[in-house]
Amino acid sequence: MFQHDRLSNEITLFQKIKNLDYILLISVILLSVLSVFVMYSTDGGEILFHTKNHFVKLAVFFPLMIFVAFFNIKFWHNFSYIIYFIVILLLIYVSFFGIKSSGSQRWMDLYLFVLQPSELMKVAIIMCLAKYFHRLKIENVNSFTNITIVLSIIIIPIIFVISQPDLGTSILIALSGLIILWLGGIKIKYFIYSFITFLISLPFIISFLKPYQKLRILTFLDPDRDPLGAGYQIIQSKIAIGSGGLDGKGFLKGTQSYLDFLPEKHTDFIFTLFSEEFGFIGSVGLLVLYSIIIFRIVRIGAISRSNFARLFCFGYAFAIFIYIFVNLSMVLGLLPIVGSPLPIMSYGGSSMLATMIGFGIVLSAKINHKQMIA
Amino acid sequence: MIKSNSGIRKTDVINRRMFIIGAAKIVVFVGIIARLFSLQINENKKYLTLSDKNRIREWKLPPTRGNIVDYFGNVIAGNLKVYQLHIIPEQVESFNYLLVRLKNLLNLSEKKIAKIKKLKSELKPWDSIIVSENLSWSQFVKINNYLYDLVGVKPVMTISRNYPFNDVYTHVLGYVSQPNEQEILDNQTIQERFVPGMKIGKLGLEKRLENHLIGTNAIQRYEVNAYGKRINQLEHQKGEQGSKIRLTVDTEIQKACGELLNEKAGSISVMDIYTGDIIAMYSSPSYNPNLFLFGISQDEWQLIRNNPLKPLINKTLSGLYSPGSTIKPIVALSALENKVIDTKFKVKCTGKMELYGQTFHCWKEKGHGWVSLKNAMKQSCDTYFYEVARLLGVDRLNITAEKFGLGKKVLGDYFDNEKKGLFPSTKWKKNNLGKGWVLGETLITGIGQGYTQTTPLQLCMMTAQIANGGFAVKPKIIVDSNPVSYEDAKQSMESGLLFDTDSEELLDKKLFQNQKNIKIVQEAMFASTNERFGTSYKSRIDDPKYQFAGKTGTAQVKRISKRERELDLELEQIPYKDRDHALYVAYGPYVNPRYALSIIVEHGGSGSKAAAPIAKKLFKLIIDRHDLRNKQSNFERITV
Repeated sequence: MFQHDRLSNEITLFQKIKNLDYILLISVILLSVLSVFVMYSTDGGEILFHTKNHFVKLAVFFPLMIFVAFFNIKFWHNFSYIIYFIVILLLIYVSFFGIKSSGSQRWMDLYLFVLQPSELMKVAIIMCLAKYFHRLKIENVNSFTNITIVLSIIIIPIIFVISQPDLGTSILIALSGLIILWLGGIKIKYFIYSFITFLISLPFIISFLKPYQKLRILTFLDPDRDPLGAGYQIIQSKIAIGSGGLDGKGFLKGTQSYLDFLPEKHTDFIFTLFSEEFGFIGSVGLLVLYSIIIFRIVRIGAISRSNFARLFCFGYAFAIFIYIFVNLSMVLGLLPIVGSPLPIMSYGGSSMLATMIGFGIVLSAKINHKQMIA
Repeated sequence: MIKSNSGIRKTDVINRRMFIIGAAKIVVFVGIIARLFSLQINENKKYLTLSDKNRIREWKLPPTRGNIVDYFGNVIAGNLKVYQLHIIPEQVESFNYLLVRLKNLLNLSEKKIAKIKKLKSELKPWDSIIVSENLSWSQFVKINNYLYDLVGVKPVMTISRNYPFNDVYTHVLGYVSQPNEQEILDNQTIQERFVPGMKIGKLGLEKRLENHLIGTNAIQRYEVNAYGKRINQLEHQKGEQGSKIRLTVDTEIQKACGELLNEKAGSISVMDIYTGDIIAMYSSPSYNPNLFLFGISQDEWQLIRNNPLKPLINKTLSGLYSPGSTIKPIVALSALENKVIDTKFKVKCTGKMELYGQTFHCWKEKGHGWVSLKNAMKQSCDTYFYEVARLLGVDRLNITAEKFGLGKKVLGDYFDNEKKGLFPSTKWKKNNLGKGWVLGETLITGIGQGYTQTTPLQLCMMTAQIANGGFAVKPKIIVDSNPVSYEDAKQSMESGLLFDTDSEELLDKKLFQNQKNIKIVQEAMFASTNERFGTSYKSRIDDPKYQFAGKTGTAQVKRISKRERELDLELEQIPYKDRDHALYVAYGPYVNPRYALSIIVEHGGSGSKAAAPIAKKLFKLIIDRHDLRNKQSNFERITV
């Protein structure tokens, strides 16, 4: 029986359903429901454009997640490179024919909704690198050729994304890739050397930043230098969060958002509104919910037999963590403002699509955790 | 084996490194929670305040100015409901159509239309544009009738300053108008309470008493969104009207002064000789302060500005005149006090007096013959006073004159435009002109010409202090917190000491050495008005109830040339600018006097012809209103 189980690729639908990770699933559902309510609040307590669209997207992408989960993890392993290349092609397409909006060109019109391929790359790069390291012998990990290859895998999409320009997503893609490198066994000293090199070249990099990006960094360092201009977002965000207090101003009662003081409250600053209305208790609750999700993903990685599944889960868990960390640090004034959505909570189809696909693959890894991949 | 070993090692590496990351994640999440804690729990209060500051905005409404009333409680500066027309651009469907409609309805000028368009582009769409600050009732009705067609138009009723007596009190009250930037910066109170459209005192008491009159703003608190648009009204806090201020003036007398000086340039001041209450203070011509409330039109302004009689000058306080013969009571008093002369002292007037080759003329060419003090005063003999001044010397005269209030501001700092005037002395000339005093100058000082410059109010006060027996009065125009009845004022004055409520000191009120001398001067003034050959004999009133004593004065505006003296032209033959100023100072009733006045008619010719007759008409009214004034209870007071 044991032998059979391990080798068989055939799992019945019933078993698949049974093997789903329900704690993860319930957490994602909870998060989704919460996100609809918060979106309802951003619309000023009415079911308007954002609430409707957000709900529709959830209604489409949640089943998609289950759909993805029902494919064998082996399937995702086999298609990892292809998916990566498809997303690269989409990035290339976007860089030539993409829709321009507020100075950047990162979207493509798919009639039903507008896709941002760079969001998909956040997941695709994890898949691609997980597959690469899965196949790599541990002895060869630190060879020059391999390091060159994995770095190229990370750098190629980043070149496209950064030229859109989209610093936030580039950083997230880079970090998602780097974590697989770390998990895959690249020597610690390389990380340390690169980090030192990075620090040294930082002034040089800064000189290459666009003026608005430099401004963001300056503003981060001192938001009060231009309270009505560049510092406005950080200041208003901190006011909203700080005024929330222990238990918040109450659902639909966040004055900062209701009276339009919050910038981009639907997307990157959604946590600000949440925190204003639900306070410290709500915010910690949300963090706990995210922690559960991350923990479950890590746990699924830990029980997976294949290193692909393991690397993907660990990498994806870290990616989710990084999204949350970057987003919250930004709205709490701990990091400069870089565009980065909060998974599931933020309004935005592409981000939700990518996140749901990621969860789907994680669930697939759970269903097929005993699956060995050659 | 090697392969599987490698596989196991790889898994180990992944797991081990995952563990490190897991630990790092926990640390980071704890860090984020700590940050949340510091913002939401530790600094909650600070951010709540900031959040309220964001969303709550106060709108101050213009405060309602306090009323100014006369002694009898008649409102002389009040507030009136005015009808205004506002446009709220955000609610307007077609702005151009609306402007065309309004233009026809209200006869708006092209300039005004352009101004409205400019305002529209400057203001936020929800800020209202004031199209007309002061609609007439018929316009207001018209607008209301067509309101269905004027979307976005709001007829508004508001309160504006109003001066019911028009030009009667202009120089006392001043007027209000929109403040300029400097005026806002200069006054802390205005700065705090300033609201666009608010008006502040520009002149006179309106300006001086700004901080009392201004009132407090009504405040409306609104919740606003990030763009400043009002969402909800949270609170309405009523403002308080500014303090009511009661003046000592009597509108009936003030009005009469205006009528008496109609179409003449000049000034009349009337004062209570015991309490120092200013009963009237009129500068002619005046102008209508109501014109300034909503911005005076260029034409009207030019009319006022270019009027040769200079209505903008407050002649009572800033008009400087040679006192002419009205100074003679002081010259006589000074000489008596300094024992230079006595009542028996006589001078022979031949019509002129020679001094070091210079001729000093008496107004009467033929001369008065031998004159004593009483006759000299009565007929205003210049030669007599040349001689007295020569004997007295300018410095002794200066001491007496200054004692009686010449060369000093009468109302202190109440009016910025009040002038000090000048009574010369040898020291003054040395310090200011750098030259020594010449005796000839003493002579002309003795008849109120030369360097001496006085304001009409100074002459009035000087007369009051002679009339009350030689005691210092403190002139005032505002009924103060502890009004002293005139009997009390009289009594304490006659005891020689008065408790000054302002400085809380006992002041020496005596201005004389020997009160008999005051009496002599009073008698001489009485003779001048009530005895035959007196200069103002024609203006006398025989009824003892109204009987008054006075002294005429005729102040030369330019030196009379020999030729002119010989010509002895009639007034009408002299160019207006060259005609003498007519002056008259008087007090009455002669028995138990109560009021003093001074009258100046610019270029009016001689005092006896142009000024004294005015006093005759005025005294009747003043005395008739005397009982009424006595009966008037002191109702509301403020301390200023």
